[in-house]
Amino acid sequence: MIHLQNIHKVFNAGRPNEFAAIRGVNLTIDSLKATALKGPSGSGKTTLLSILGCMARPTSGRITLKEREITSLPERFLTDIRRKTFGFMFQQFHLIKGITAIENVMIPAYPDGEKHSVLKKRAIGLLDLLNLSHKASAKVEWLSGGEAQRIAIARALINDPDIIIADEPTAHLDTHLSGEFMEIMSRLKAQGKTLLIASHDPIVYLSDVIDRIVDMRDGMICPVDAP
Amino acid sequence: MSAIEKQRHIIDFMLSSLWRRKGKNLSLVVVYTFVIFLLASIMFFSHAIKKEAGLILKDAPEIMVQRLVAGRQSFIPDSYADAIRKIKGVQSVSPRLWGYYYDGQNGANYTLMANDDLRDWPGDILIGKGVTLRRATATDNTIIKKNDSIPFKTYDGAYLMLKVKGILPAASALVTSDLVLVSESDFRKIFSIATDHATDLVLQVGNGKELSTIAAKITQLYPDTRPILRTEILRTYDAVFDWRAGVIIVILSGAFFAFIILAWDKATGLSAEEKREIGILKAIGWETSDILLMKFWEGAALSLSAFLMGILAAYLHIFLTASALFAPVLKGWSVLYPDFRLTPFVSPYEIAILFFLTVIPYTVATIAPSWRSATIDPDSVMRT
Repeated sequence: MIHLQNIHKVFNAGRPNEFAAIRGVNLTIDSLKATALKGPSGSGKTTLLSILGCMARPTSGRITLKEREITSLPERFLTDIRRKTFGFMFQQFHLIKGITAIENVMIPAYPDGEKHSVLKKRAIGLLDLLNLSHKASAKVEWLSGGEAQRIAIARALINDPDIIIADEPTAHLDTHLSGEFMEIMSRLKAQGKTLLIASHDPIVYLSDVIDRIVDMRDGMICPVDAP
Repeated sequence: MSAIEKQRHIIDFMLSSLWRRKGKNLSLVVVYTFVIFLLASIMFFSHAIKKEAGLILKDAPEIMVQRLVAGRQSFIPDSYADAIRKIKGVQSVSPRLWGYYYDGQNGANYTLMANDDLRDWPGDILIGKGVTLRRATATDNTIIKKNDSIPFKTYDGAYLMLKVKGILPAASALVTSDLVLVSESDFRKIFSIATDHATDLVLQVGNGKELSTIAAKITQLYPDTRPILRTEILRTYDAVFDWRAGVIIVILSGAFFAFIILAWDKATGLSAEEKREIGILKAIGWETSDILLMKFWEGAALSLSAFLMGILAAYLHIFLTASALFAPVLKGWSVLYPDFRLTPFVSPYEIAILFFLTVIPYTVATIAPSWRSATIDPDSVMRT
C-alpha cells in the first residue's frame, strides 16, 4: 500500500547543525495490517511517521501510495491525500481548547464542505462508538486524559481514512487506559483500517493487534526488519 | 459537498475562535469602534453642516452690496440703491438693516435685523430660540415666552422695551438662534442710523450667469462698494467648517496613531496558542488557503463590525444628540450655541474612503502573519 524507497530526511541541510533523521530507509506497509515503529527516542520514528503520512517531504527518495508516486506532488494535493487517506493521533492529542468535543471531532472534515447535519450525525456516531456521546458538548479542557484521547481517535476517524497513524499514543496514559486504547485499535483493524503506530511502549508493540514491528535506530531500520 | 457549506464551516469555526479569545478581540473592537466613531462623527458633521448651510443660503440674496470707508464696512446711502436698480439684469434692490447687539446681562451677542413684516408693529420683536434663554441661569430655567418684554439699551444709554411677538421656528436654528427681528424704526432708534442709510443692499438677479458682470458694473459705478456673491459665502462656509474639522482631526491624531500601533500589534502578532492551532489544522488536513480564508473572515468580521458600530454610533451622535461631544468646536463662536438637529446628509463617497482606510488595511494586516504560520510544514505539530 505504501512503499518507501531509499528515503533520506536531513534537517538544517548545509548548516553547522545539519542532522540526518532518516538515512536510506526502504519499507513497505501492507494494507489492513497493524505496523508498529519501535525504537528509542531520536531513532527517527516520528520523522518516518510524518513522511509516511504525507506531512513532511523526504530530502531524497520516493514514496508510492496505492501505486501512485506522491513524492513530487504539490502541497495542496498532498493535503488532500492527507485529509482523505490518513487519520492522525498525536502524542499530545493536540485538541483545540475552548471548543466542544464534537466540534473538535468535526474540524478535519470542514474543508470538504459536507452538509453540517450529516457531518454532525457522523461525529455523534463516532462518539457513540467510543462511549463518549455524553461528552459531546463538553469543552475538551474539561476531559480526562483517556477521554481526550478517545476524542482524538474520533477526530482521526471522521473522514473515514484507510490508514490510522498514531505517534506514541500511550505516552500519557496509565496501563489500564493503554489497554483500552489497544482494544479500540483492535476494533478498527477488524473494520478494515491499516494501523501505523510509533511507540516504545511494550503494551503497544507486544500487543496481539500488531502484525509487524519495525525496529528503528539512528534513522535506519534494524536489519531484521528489512523488507 | 458545496463551497457554501465549506464557507459556513470555516465561518463557524472563525466565530468560535474569536469568542475563545474574547478578551483580546473585544478590547480591539471597542478601541476600533471608538476611532471609527470619532472619524465618522467629524465626517458626518462637516458634511451635513455644509449641506445645511447650502440649503439655508439657497434663498439668500444672490448679491449683497456693502460700502467700505477706509477699508471698514460703513452704512450705505439709499441713493446707491436707486442707481444700482437701473443696471440691466437687476430685478430688485432692497436696503437691509442689521447688526450685532451685545446683551450685557448674559454676555451674549444677538444679531438684530429690521424686518418688513414688523414695519407696522413698532415695539414688537420676533426672537430666535437662543435668545429665549437670556434669563436662564444655572439655578433658574425661566425662558422668555410670547408677550414678555426685553429691554434693549439704545445708543444713548436709554432703554427700549420691546415685546416678544413670536419665537422663530427651531428648524432654522442654525442661523436664527441668536436672531432678533425688529421693526425698522426700532432698529434705527437703538443704533441711531439715519433714515436714508442702510447696512447693506441685497439684489435679486434674473440670470445667474450675469452675476459677475453686474458685480463689476456696481464697483465701476460706486468704487467704494464691495459686492459679495452668494457663491462666495458658500465657499467661505465650506472653508470654515473644513478648517474646524481639520482642527479636531489634528487634536485627535494622537489617538489615531495609538490605535494604529495597537491594531498593528494585535493583528500582526500571533500568539503561541494561535500558531499551535494553525499547526494542528494543517496537520489534520486543512490547506494553507483554508487557514488564510479563516483569517480573512476573522479580520473582516472584526473590522467590519467595528466599522458598522462606529458609523452607527457616529450617526446617532451627530443626528440624534446634536453632536453633543464636539459641538462647541464645530458649530461656532457664539455664546448662544444653536440648539438644533442637523438633517442627516451622509456622503457614500466619504464612507467608502473611511472603509478603505480602515477595514481593508486591518483585514490585510491579519492575514500576513497567518500566511507565515500557515506555510510551515504540518509535521512541526508532531514535534511539540
